[in-house]
Amino acid sequence: MRMRTIEISVGGFMLAGVLALLVLALKVSGLSLDSSNKTYTVSAMFDNTGALKPRAKVVMAGVIIGRVTNIELDRHTYMAKVEMEINSKIDNLPLDSTASIVTAGLLGEKYVGVSIGGEVDYIKNGGRFEDTQSAVILEELIGKFLLGSVNKDDQ
Amino acid sequence: MSEASENFIEIRGLSFSRGNRAIFDNIDLTIPRGKVVGIMGPSGTGKTTLLRLIGRQLRADAGSIYVDGQNLDDLSREELFKARRKMGMLFQSGALFTDLSVFENVAFPIRIHTKLPEAMIRDIVFMKLEAVGLRGAWSLMPAELSGGMNRRVALARAIALDPAMVMYDEPFVGQDPIAMGVLVKLIRMLNESLGITSVVVSHDLHETASISDYLYLIADAGIIGQGAPDDLMNSTEPRVKQFMNGLSDGPVPFHYPAEDYRSALLGQEN
Amino acid sequence: MTGLSERLAQLGRFGLEHVQSIGRSGVFLFLAIFSRAGFSNRFSLLTHQLYSIGVLSLLIVIMSGLFIGMVLALQGYNILIRYGSEGAVGQMVALSLLREMGPVVTGLLFAGRAGSALTAEIGLMKTTEQLSSLEMIGVDPLKRIIAPRFWAGVIAMPLLAAIFSLVGILGAAMVGIDWLGIYEGSFWSSMQSSVRLVNDIGNGMIKSLVFGFVVTWISVYQGYDAVPTSEGVSRATTRTVVYSSMAILGLDFILTAVMFGDL
Repeated sequence: MRMRTIEISVGGFMLAGVLALLVLALKVSGLSLDSSNKTYTVSAMFDNTGALKPRAKVVMAGVIIGRVTNIELDRHTYMAKVEMEINSKIDNLPLDSTASIVTAGLLGEKYVGVSIGGEVDYIKNGGRFEDTQSAVILEELIGKFLLGSVNKDDQ
Repeated sequence: MSEASENFIEIRGLSFSRGNRAIFDNIDLTIPRGKVVGIMGPSGTGKTTLLRLIGRQLRADAGSIYVDGQNLDDLSREELFKARRKMGMLFQSGALFTDLSVFENVAFPIRIHTKLPEAMIRDIVFMKLEAVGLRGAWSLMPAELSGGMNRRVALARAIALDPAMVMYDEPFVGQDPIAMGVLVKLIRMLNESLGITSVVVSHDLHETASISDYLYLIADAGIIGQGAPDDLMNSTEPRVKQFMNGLSDGPVPFHYPAEDYRSALLGQEN
Repeated sequence: MTGLSERLAQLGRFGLEHVQSIGRSGVFLFLAIFSRAGFSNRFSLLTHQLYSIGVLSLLIVIMSGLFIGMVLALQGYNILIRYGSEGAVGQMVALSLLREMGPVVTGLLFAGRAGSALTAEIGLMKTTEQLSSLEMIGVDPLKRIIAPRFWAGVIAMPLLAAIFSLVGILGAAMVGIDWLGIYEGSFWSSMQSSVRLVNDIGNGMIKSLVFGFVVTWISVYQGYDAVPTSEGVSRATTRTVVYSSMAILGLDFILTAVMFGDL
């Protein structure tokens, strides 16, 4: 009888541990087990990604519609090529939509924001955002600002 | 080895030391099959150590120990554990497993080493408990037993697998006279009825002498006397005489070795 | 001159003694792990140990995880709100719990709760001659007593660490979202976009596995090697806690340098 309660509680403990790991993997790292959730791949070229990371969100109108899967430097154009997966349900992004790299808050995460264009044709799997806006680099901005004011003083 | 058949244990040229202190220096000792052998000596002469050497829980520095014709040094770890099944040992503290009941304690070696059905294990356990007179206490936990009962349960456990030899480590220490009498009777009875070779390590002179067929006296890292109890009683060897008669001072000094008493007291002035 | 050489000799002896004890504990571990158990009931032995090592440590682990998660959320909020990035609290809490606090704090609690109990239990078994008596019954105490305890510790520790981290994150969510009013979406999404399965959760689990291994090893060895007196057992128990804590903190630095050093 006592052995039984011990076995049950040990079983409960092991289950709780494995379950905790599972929840950590799913809820905390955002791993998706739901592979039926189909996506299509779109890329975009940026002058500067400003430390955008793989797995960053792709957001339209404040709603997450996809994730960044890969970032690499294009050898010929010296631009960053960002690949992302977009939810298949959102298959009506106009060809001239703009992808821009945005920061949540001053120090927050970087993500890709998509603003809608006006074309009738849509971006297909393997297509790319022609219109992009690079990340705003705080240091450059401050530098420009300082330089501008110095130049003003000279005049 | 013809000797092996008549001597259960043969110790040849055994030396053992702890740190710089020699516990045994080149001793020879035999324990004949089916006899009760007492090993006596003042406290701290390494009597318990001798049992541990025989059980190979300690490794000797030199010399060899044959148990039932087998040299313990030749055995692998696995074989050693097998060889130990021939020996039962009653520890000074009893050493019952405190998380098991009396019944389970006695059943433990049987469960480990045999695949007997539960009903048979039950019968054996009750037989062994009956032998030590504690069948009625089978459901108690070790903490609920008195010291003497503790030791008797431990004895039942030691003989659970019908060993050829049982070693008793100070079985009489801290026992009231009745419990002591019970143990004396038990040891003798187990020896006579089951033919178990018995080694009794003790410094309780009269009890040990009364049940032993043969006695060894150990002191100063060696054997200072051996023989049948009566012979030793009449020995003229001064150290044997002192021990057998319980004199407070003699060749075995009352004082622990120390610097001169007088100079120690006057030490500051020097 | 003789004083100096004597010092050197002393130092050498000291060093040799320690190397010897490390060697002994290594052999001890090897014998405990790699010997065939040969018990029909080894499963129930392991279950018992999982109970006393794992289940009985749950309460302290859950309580500590909860409070540490809540404190992290409060502290993180106070700092991050200055930059308007309070949404990153989730990310901060999750990363510090999964990478560091989870394995390290669970390891320290584990050493204090389970490790000391293991040492005391085995040390007392030695003191009351139960280990010797097992040997004389023909049972290898390394297999019967040490091995199940060792494996139970190695199995229980990562599970406890995972539970600790999860409870901590839930505690942080409770404080952050319900109390401090952080927007729930950004709390979880900032967490999800920065926590990586293999790099953060996986490495944290590896850390806790290593800590479980080392702490249990130290605990059972100290118990087995204890001087069989009441003072000896108490010393061994203290040593277990001290050595385990040092080992955890030292190893944590090394592991962190290897795992996250190039990030």
